[in-house]
Amino acid sequence: MGGSEVILLDFWASMFGMRVRIALAEKGIEYEFKEEDLVNNRSPFLSKMNPVHKKIPVLIHNGKPVCESLIAVQYIDEVWKGKAPLLPSDPYQRAQARFWGDFIDKKVYDHGAKIWKTKGAEQEESKKGLIECLKLLEGELGDKPYFGGESFGYLDIALVPFYSWLYTYETFGKFSVEAECPTLIGWVKRCMDKESVSKSLADPLKVHDLVLLLKKKHGLE
Amino acid sequence: MGEVKVFGVRRSPYSCRVEIALKLKGIKYDFIEEDLSNKSPLLLKYNPVHKKIPVLVHNENPIAESLVILEYIEETWKGTPILPEDPYQRAMARFWSKFIDEKCMPALLKAAVKERENKKAIEEAAELLKILENELEGKKFFGGDNIGLVDIVADFIGYWLGLIQHVTGLELLTKEKFPNLCEWSHEFLSSSIVKESFPPSDHLLEYIRSWLSANPSK
Repeated sequence: MGGSEVILLDFWASMFGMRVRIALAEKGIEYEFKEEDLVNNRSPFLSKMNPVHKKIPVLIHNGKPVCESLIAVQYIDEVWKGKAPLLPSDPYQRAQARFWGDFIDKKVYDHGAKIWKTKGAEQEESKKGLIECLKLLEGELGDKPYFGGESFGYLDIALVPFYSWLYTYETFGKFSVEAECPTLIGWVKRCMDKESVSKSLADPLKVHDLVLLLKKKHGLE
Repeated sequence: MGEVKVFGVRRSPYSCRVEIALKLKGIKYDFIEEDLSNKSPLLLKYNPVHKKIPVLVHNENPIAESLVILEYIEETWKGTPILPEDPYQRAMARFWSKFIDEKCMPALLKAAVKERENKKAIEEAAELLKILENELEGKKFFGGDNIGLVDIVADFIGYWLGLIQHVTGLELLTKEKFPNLCEWSHEFLSSSIVKESFPPSDHLLEYIRSWLSANPSK
């Protein structure tokens, strides 16, 4: 689709931004990456592109903004139809992919955030919650190479960016995801073999450093 | 068509969303009313992750989460589309549906029901309604000329909220502050399919009254 302008307003450590990066890479779409400095100030441009939530990622296609990462991934799949389909073609499989994507957004993210933001009993509860979620997802994966089956797709894209944050969760929560969910770690490694994934994910050690900075900044030590 | 079942609760706006979509598309289905205080083994089998209604079961295949169900209905039965064809318009419809579900619904339930004496909760809910009010500008429905995904997802605002206000005296969704939303609600409720999908107002009013007296405001 030559001649169309694609901008991604994003933040390097955002697992939601990473989802959109992976989708764009899968489709071979060229785009401009515009970094938002979420640690310090939200730019006026972000407030203009996402007035309702003022959050990244925002995919801007020919000047029109698409907000919410999984909505953007579906948009990318529908506009650039010809290559690398992200959602399955069967409506029931699509519904399952959307269901689990919604599950990840509602449960995985919140538990993970609480692991590094809290201490004591609350942290312990979040850690248990996260492991439970990951085990459910591992069950959903089964013995398939990807959540999408033989091909990498929407649900793989929805979950794999959390790998950048696993080291942080494990360090603060004092647990090992590999010990609890070995099949899931096998799946992560398979995904990381794809350039679209390895080039889109943030370095887990850098994410950990960012969290140390954020904890200090917000007095959460 | 296959065999279609809906596990739901007639007084739930989430459950009604599924019924509106199926009726709009002319799909026949069996409705199984669940007792939420005593969930059926079938419901727990069909939705082991969340154990909630609504669940759509099509040819023995279960789908949970109302927004996921609505998209499945749209993709499976092509007549009377509830999503536009243009990818950007579809993205916008999904955005507003998510906004209503994740931001508006919790805020409205808090302001109208759970913390109904809380002025701040009412103000916050009003701010969110203002965003929807602006989105309706110049449009008959959120979906344009016809009822679409966003209208269906906004069913609580279109029907339940007015009835709750009638019982509690809450003045949140008023013609003065939200002329577009009130006009939209009127249009929405004029649809015979929408009316058929909702419990009758006297039933719902009775339910609201008894719930409110059993659950004093926090």
